[in-house]
Amino acid sequence: MATFKFELVSPERILFSGDVVSVIVPSVEGEMTVLAGHAPLVATLKAGIVFVQTTDQNGKEFFVNGGLVEVNQATTTILAEQGRFLEDVDTAVLDAEILTAETRLAGSHNEDEKKRLQDTLVQLHEFKHVFEQRKAA
Amino acid sequence: MPSLKDLRNRIASVKATQKITKAMQMVAAAKLRRAQTAAEAARPYAERMETVLSNLASGVSGSSTPRLIAGTGSDKVHLLLVLTAERGLCGAFNSSIARLARDKANALKADGKTVKIICVGKKGYDILRRQFASEIIEFVDLREFKQVGFANAEAIAQNVLARFANGEFDVATLFFSKFRSVIAQIPTAQRIIPAEIPEGTKQTDAVYDYEPDEGEILEALLPRNLTVQVLRGLLENAASEQGARMSAMDSATRNAGEMIKKQTQLYNRSRQAMITKELIEIISGAEAL
Repeated sequence: MATFKFELVSPERILFSGDVVSVIVPSVEGEMTVLAGHAPLVATLKAGIVFVQTTDQNGKEFFVNGGLVEVNQATTTILAEQGRFLEDVDTAVLDAEILTAETRLAGSHNEDEKKRLQDTLVQLHEFKHVFEQRKAA
Repeated sequence: MPSLKDLRNRIASVKATQKITKAMQMVAAAKLRRAQTAAEAARPYAERMETVLSNLASGVSGSSTPRLIAGTGSDKVHLLLVLTAERGLCGAFNSSIARLARDKANALKADGKTVKIICVGKKGYDILRRQFASEIIEFVDLREFKQVGFANAEAIAQNVLARFANGEFDVATLFFSKFRSVIAQIPTAQRIIPAEIPEGTKQTDAVYDYEPDEGEILEALLPRNLTVQVLRGLLENAASEQGARMSAMDSATRNAGEMIKKQTQLYNRSRQAMITKELIEIISGAEAL
């Protein structure tokens, strides 16, 4: 299968770098799959799971919270504001994220920032719900 | 000729100094390891951010271009954001950053531009204050933070953005020291507003789809980019500072060792001379009898 170069970078480190078959990205307007030869695109991300398919059988999952994805002819890059391996994520981590967003919202006086933080909060709650369902299944 | 007691005291004091410099070197080495990891880990994100931004920036055109990319259209007022350390005793680290900033400020002034300076870190402030007391508009003190982090960078970036929105300056340049290795730190000037677009990355044929839309993405991305670049400067600086201190303290320790060796030799020699003198006095006294 055709592959393309993909990188997932968070401010702390490079989480993934290599050739992949496809990537499922949680964009703000819905999940989408990027395959080789995708048209150039820039999209912002919401809290969710990035699924990276490295070969036909193998895949890796990551948790990202905010950021953006850039697709061009050569490479696809995700710049995540926060990112970790999905194995490292549990409800406690999500609760901590929700708490940080809530405290920042309470302390914010900027209207734009408030709106953004509210969006983040909604996304996080949504994701927590999905996450718990996944774990139960 | 100093007396034996003087020499002994001098040797003791140099030994004490050597112990201090040795300890400082070891502390710096331990801190360096952490700072270096942090700086190197932050590099990919900042670099990718730059690439993405320059790809995007080469695609936008016309009047919709945000001012953070296009600039205000003039370059009359320059803001210099000078990042230095909070502590001294680290070789030429602080002074080389300050010198770079000073040269730039002088060059700009000679061109008839207005210069404003924001100092981050006490040492740079102390150096620049002598010449540019009226140009320094703010001094950010990070002494209370043991490890600079995202929050510090964000606060500085917000401050700069607020000033930019008020039209207080047209061009902003960031001064910091890039960490190459323990013995090589490169003082660097980086233009942050308007965002620097590296040459040769033009991909004009790539027309991007935007989701949700171009303006919104750039509006969120540009301030974030500023924070990331400031953070990168802070982290590189932290690593450079420890590296510079480590090599400065290493040579200080070595110099102290050399000094001790010389003084000890002098001490032994004068002790020997004194003994010989006393013996000669006794012998010649005995012979005279």
